[in-house]
Amino acid sequence: MEIGLGHYLTVGAILMMLGVFGIFLNRKNIIVILMSVELILLSVNINMVAFSAALGDLVGQIFAMFILTVAAAEAAIGLAIVVVYFRNRGSIQVEDVNLMKG
Amino acid sequence: MQTIITTLLFYAFAAVLIGSAVAVVTARNPVHSVLFLILGFFNAAGLFLLAGAEFLAMILVIVYVGAVAVLFLFVVMMLDVNFSELRSGFQHYTPVGLLVGGILFVELLLVMAGWKLAPGAAQVNLAPIPANVTNTAALGKLLYTDYVFLFQAAGLVLLVAMIGAIVLTLREKQTSRHQSIAAQVTRTPADTLEMMDVASGAGAGEFLRPKVTEPEPEHEHAGGHGGHGHGGHH
Repeated sequence: MEIGLGHYLTVGAILMMLGVFGIFLNRKNIIVILMSVELILLSVNINMVAFSAALGDLVGQIFAMFILTVAAAEAAIGLAIVVVYFRNRGSIQVEDVNLMKG
Repeated sequence: MQTIITTLLFYAFAAVLIGSAVAVVTARNPVHSVLFLILGFFNAAGLFLLAGAEFLAMILVIVYVGAVAVLFLFVVMMLDVNFSELRSGFQHYTPVGLLVGGILFVELLLVMAGWKLAPGAAQVNLAPIPANVTNTAALGKLLYTDYVFLFQAAGLVLLVAMIGAIVLTLREKQTSRHQSIAAQVTRTPADTLEMMDVASGAGAGEFLRPKVTEPEPEHEHAGGHGGHGHGGHH
């Protein structure tokens, strides 16, 4: 059976679902939440590449590259915030993040 | 024959990718989560290769596995966190997570089921994949011409992220010696100079030693654990 666009999109959808599921499952662990966000971004990248391959259009891969860039920046900043937060409060419990009463 | 191999490879990569994604979100130990994340990225790179995006596959391995996942690994191992405590309520959150994730998945499936390419979609390509050019060369030709501003913006994003991460996590060392402009400006001659009468023929005796100035707010420095030294703040 030929592997087509639908197969890639299905993989992307499952990955997206798993990422969202992981965010809910690890409500207290900010690090795993960040990893789940990476999974979601990866699923978007898979969709981009799949459409790029299916339509024969290179722009999808260009955009996937930019998504990769933003994901890397997001991970760096997020982890830096986690480190600073842990240094100040001695905990990374998401529920303890209530200083601003938001 | 080639199609069969491609199909088998696709299913293998996809299965391992999804399995490792499940392990990422359910692993007891976050270190295992990160390692499964790395495995997942490798398999996603395999999927990219099958789709003909070689450059992106390599970039995925280099950027994600080489930088992001190692960053995660560093942070997980650096923070002394009781991770089992963070897992309390795991069962409690499972149903709502499954519910929301399932709804999202069903929605995505519905979208895919009732969707097909517009007839003229293949004709409105912005940049058709050129023949007889490697993927990397084609991407470079496109990236450095039509998308050069986006490329610069991406560089700017990375620069901001780098500076932000440094600013957030940099702790001034207590041994570092740097200039305190405020202390220099506010000092007066009386701090260091002393006028004295020296009787003729008697010599200055013990008074000719330089006056010892007390060290600048070193104690405050040691106390100020959180971040800003006296660079520009005091």
